[in-house]
Amino acid sequence: MDEYLLIMRHEDGSKIASPEQMQQWMKQTMDWIGGIAAQNKFVSGTGLPMDQARVIRNNVVTNGPFGDIKETIGGFIIVRAESIDEAVEFAKGCPVLQGPDNSMEVRKVAKNDGIH
Amino acid sequence: MFIAPMSNQELIPHLFRNEFTKIVSVLTRSLGLAQIGLAEDIAGDTFLAATETWPYKGIPANPTAWLYAVARNKAKNYLRRHQLFENKISPFLKSELNHEVESGMEWSDQNILDSQLQMIFVICHPSISIESQLGLALRILCGMGIEEIANALLTNKETINKRLYRAKETLREEEISLELPSLPEINHRLATVLKVIYLLFNEGYYSESDDVVLKKELCQDAMRLCHLLLVYERTNTPAVNALLALMYFHASRFPARLDDSGEMILYQDQDESLWDQQLIAQGIQFLHQASHGNTLSSFHLEASIAYWHTIKTDTPEKWENILILYNHLLSIEYSPVAALNRTYALSKVKGNEQALMETQKLDLKDNHYYYILMGELIKSKDRVKAQEYFKKAWDLAKSKSDKRTILKKLNAFPYRDLR
Repeated sequence: MDEYLLIMRHEDGSKIASPEQMQQWMKQTMDWIGGIAAQNKFVSGTGLPMDQARVIRNNVVTNGPFGDIKETIGGFIIVRAESIDEAVEFAKGCPVLQGPDNSMEVRKVAKNDGIH
Repeated sequence: MFIAPMSNQELIPHLFRNEFTKIVSVLTRSLGLAQIGLAEDIAGDTFLAATETWPYKGIPANPTAWLYAVARNKAKNYLRRHQLFENKISPFLKSELNHEVESGMEWSDQNILDSQLQMIFVICHPSISIESQLGLALRILCGMGIEEIANALLTNKETINKRLYRAKETLREEEISLELPSLPEINHRLATVLKVIYLLFNEGYYSESDDVVLKKELCQDAMRLCHLLLVYERTNTPAVNALLALMYFHASRFPARLDDSGEMILYQDQDESLWDQQLIAQGIQFLHQASHGNTLSSFHLEASIAYWHTIKTDTPEKWENILILYNHLLSIEYSPVAALNRTYALSKVKGNEQALMETQKLDLKDNHYYYILMGELIKSKDRVKAQEYFKKAWDLAKSKSDKRTILKKLNAFPYRDLR
């Protein structure tokens, strides 16, 4: 069994949604994670707040852009899966995908086995 | 000849349970951990002396003081005899030992408490296997006999004896000392202590043993031990309070979960007027205590889930909260039971259809509860299928009480062709 990183990419929800809507999303995300955890395949994960984020490039520190574009990383979880296909199935269930143009990125985590 | 009143027969086992661990702990503290077996023997002899004397001479005015005095004398006698022998070989030992024992064998409340707490930490030492920790806890902390322990853990006396022997060997070999762990270590060690207390409680609460009284006593012992931890600031942590809250919530259903013949009554079928509201109120208090600080243990989540179960009425709010809590619990600590319960909660929030889909993803096909859940979720839609699942559950179930419960579900259907 390998570990895969599921990266959620979306806009800053708080800019476009009501608190109620936000809470709804949060619940959906928890249900999604709970469903993976119930299969004993959840490893870890967290949301990434859009404020207090910085980019450092060519010695210049900027505020982003964060949350203004759909490519912003909003959070990630690490799962255990038999294959990339299973990891993709997990990713497909993520409520983030309900938003148009939001995306999920699935990446295999390198094992510390000297090969990868 | 004076024949003791009936209460004697009740008083002695009650005392035994309460005082055994105190006597063993205090004696071990003064004799040294290597002498834990001797301390047990002396405690056992002390109770034997009580059962031999009290029926004829009456119960002493202060039974515990009597027990402590007898235990102390027996310990001294042993040491004197032992030293007589030792004197010839090693005369230097004498003064040293005597001094130590005299100063250590103190029966003040404080010393008893300190000794017991140290004993809890010794028994839950990480170098001892979890089975042995449980066995030792039942023996030393709960004062249970070997046969009772075997009955509670559904095994035989030989196995228990072996486990206890091995555990005591480990204590000797690892040179574990009888003292509270240092501050930086205490939280780590406390986690094992809580796990043992939790298992002890579960052993009583979910035990497949038919001995109803024994089960209840196990639960009470677990709660008593947890209460001991509250006395010290260092061990009075949010997790300890959360575990205590969890046990109180569970214990509140004791009168409702067994029928007159000792048969298990499932949660949905319980008469909630029998739930002990006072225990529930206490549980809520401990849960409040547990919410100080910013630690969140699995006990916090389990206690909160148990809290919602103390409200019988099904509301969307109830099951949504339970689902959230199970989601969280599973993400920090997976267990098959939590996975199945989470899916049950999901069915209450999102309907059977979706829960059925998620249940099928669980890799628990060797678990009879898995098939019970599948059957429950599908029975309104496909009775034949439900019956197949229940039949499978029946095949996989091991204990008689589980089989009986499943049989009831099977018999609830008009179809009989599957037996």
